[in-house]
Amino acid sequence: MTAPERSVRRWQGPAVFTAVAVLALVAAPLLLEPFRLGLLAKYLCYAIVALGIGLAWGQGGMLTLGQGVFFGLGGYAMGMYLKLNDAAGDLPDFMVWSGVEKLPALWTPFGNPVFALAMVVVLPAAVALLLGALVFRQRVRGAYFAILTQALAAALVILLVGQQGLTGGTNGLTNFFDFFGRDVAADETQRGLYLLVAVVLGALYLGARQLVRSRFGRLLLAVRDGEDRVRFLGYNPATVKTLTFAVSAGMAGIAGALFVPVVGIISPALLGVVPSLELVVAVAVGGRFALAGAVLGAVVMGYARTYFSEELPDAWLYLQGALFVLVMALAPKGIAGLAANLVRRREARA
Amino acid sequence: MRNSLWRTGAAFTLAAVTLAACAGQSSTNDTAASSGGSDTIKVGILHSLSGTMAISEVTVRDAELLAIEEINAAGGVLGKKLEPVVEDGASDWPTFAEKATKLIAQDKVATVFGGWTSASRKAMLPVFEKRKALLWYPVQYEGLESSPYIFYTGATTNQQIVPGLDYLKEKGKKKLFLVGSDYVFPRTANKIIKAYAAANGMEVLGEEYTPLGHTEYSTLVNKIVEAKPDAVFNTLNGDSNVAFFKQLKSAGISADQMPVMSVSVAEEEVRGIGVDNVAGHLVAWNYYQTTDTPANEKFVAAFKAKYGADKVTSDPMEAGYNAVYLWAEAVKKAGTSEVEAVKKAAGGVSLDRPEGEVTIDGDNQHVYKTARIGVVQPDGQIKEVWNSGEPIKPDPYLKTYSWAGGLV
Repeated sequence: MTAPERSVRRWQGPAVFTAVAVLALVAAPLLLEPFRLGLLAKYLCYAIVALGIGLAWGQGGMLTLGQGVFFGLGGYAMGMYLKLNDAAGDLPDFMVWSGVEKLPALWTPFGNPVFALAMVVVLPAAVALLLGALVFRQRVRGAYFAILTQALAAALVILLVGQQGLTGGTNGLTNFFDFFGRDVAADETQRGLYLLVAVVLGALYLGARQLVRSRFGRLLLAVRDGEDRVRFLGYNPATVKTLTFAVSAGMAGIAGALFVPVVGIISPALLGVVPSLELVVAVAVGGRFALAGAVLGAVVMGYARTYFSEELPDAWLYLQGALFVLVMALAPKGIAGLAANLVRRREARA
Repeated sequence: MRNSLWRTGAAFTLAAVTLAACAGQSSTNDTAASSGGSDTIKVGILHSLSGTMAISEVTVRDAELLAIEEINAAGGVLGKKLEPVVEDGASDWPTFAEKATKLIAQDKVATVFGGWTSASRKAMLPVFEKRKALLWYPVQYEGLESSPYIFYTGATTNQQIVPGLDYLKEKGKKKLFLVGSDYVFPRTANKIIKAYAAANGMEVLGEEYTPLGHTEYSTLVNKIVEAKPDAVFNTLNGDSNVAFFKQLKSAGISADQMPVMSVSVAEEEVRGIGVDNVAGHLVAWNYYQTTDTPANEKFVAAFKAKYGADKVTSDPMEAGYNAVYLWAEAVKKAGTSEVEAVKKAAGGVSLDRPEGEVTIDGDNQHVYKTARIGVVQPDGQIKEVWNSGEPIKPDPYLKTYSWAGGLV
């Protein structure tokens, strides 16, 4: 390879990133009507969770089937603040019809926006750190770890549904009016929220990419591919995995918090086993070994869900499933893997 | 390294293509919406066609489509045909909100008929209120709500639960046991039942909740057997009823000794539970397939002709079927399908429906309905044993009941 060729390659990644950023930040808000833009914002929220899964699963080999837990913790932290803010000193609406007479102590601190926003990241990260510290030290991995995370998601749903007075039960938290001084349903606010989600996703993507390319990232890959060898070299794989898991949980928390004002609801249905699995499927479709693949997968699957269900409300689930099977059959490493293969083949020919 | 760069590049290109497709999609739909033209009125239908609620909600969609077909065959509304746009709520509350937004913002429908669970209604409520669009909700529910942009064509609590309790009281059933699925309807219903019991010298011996979809009832049935209530008030939903009634029967409890009064078991559910397990037990609704009115004879015949002779009709289906007719009548009265005009015209609209006369109460946008208590028959049909004689004025906040003072 000649020197100019190398420099072209070097700038290719940033160039594509910039192009996508321009498309997302300038073209999309101009071209899409508010309703479609809101949907795109929703897909991008899922893409943030997917990025975290890409990090934990694709790079770290931790198949987490319970990412909905962290998404939910972030979402409920934000939802609780918005509910208290709307209630302005009174009880949130659902507590009134659930027969709760006094604001539960758990809710009180969430009236403070700084506390609530901090909890969006702190809560999921803390739960992940605790879980990671417990299981990774015991060398729980593979299917056992996956099952554990899935059980956590199932347990959280039961907890949330059972405590109706505290959490809104099956209904979840909905009917928000005010988002930091703006009308949450207004087109202007929604456009602003879309831009916020896009910028946060971009920033987290760059951060995750830096992490993967750092010494820590190489260690993470090494742990994925040969955990025992890494241990013999004197590193502690449990620490590496726990930290990565916590980072991916924090990302899911941020996504959950952004999801609430964008979609206007957070409910147990969003964080159970099925939605958690759907996100892992999306990452697999996009390509779990590339962070961009994870992001792409979430957007593609989110869009496919909307598109299929609008075109064929009676049969869309089959199409969604077929898309997954098709991608996995043709490209086991996902869309990103397929693209990389095509490029490699062309290079070999040249 | 260089592969990962390429991979990133390729992935982002695909992202760009997707985005472009997104934009393309919305613009094609735009043209579709405007080409709807002025000779049709679009109406949205939004029920779960997939997921756990599909089994119930599909039947309501069918009834609503039948009503639209009949209205079109009779010349439509204001000389225009109704054009249904069907969406799938997928038993997922945020999806209901998304599809409601789509129907309003993109398809520009004149009204939406949809929802079943309280959770789906609560998720859609802010969408309809903020966009000032109309929703017709066809299922009995827990009351304590009166959104200016929702019409409730199913029963509120004083048209179903309170008459159910009156009936049990009349029959001398003084000790009750409450069984429900764990969500907002059963919990609110039981709050009302406890207040009623306290004021009417009745006793609640136990109150138990199980998660939606729960199917293990032997412990709960044992508790009931030990408590020896005069009757059970059942607010279980969906599949759970199958397991509950089976295990109740295998515990040797018969409907004569200890009747179960259910408020979410209709003709469709009786078939699912197995009629052997539930025959003889009580249900409370406003309509049965056997309800003897000329309009019902026509409805049942038309439904069977369109969907098959083995199909049954039920209360929520009838309420959905009515919703379309009531909306159409309000549009005729208003002379336009514009939302605020229809809302204003809807108050006082009165029609002869399969359940008898129904009238929209303009104040709370609920409907006057006749309460009916029925007994499940060995052939799977429900025989009416009591009715309120006249349509009951809807009172979602139970303001006219002194014992309910502390509830809201």
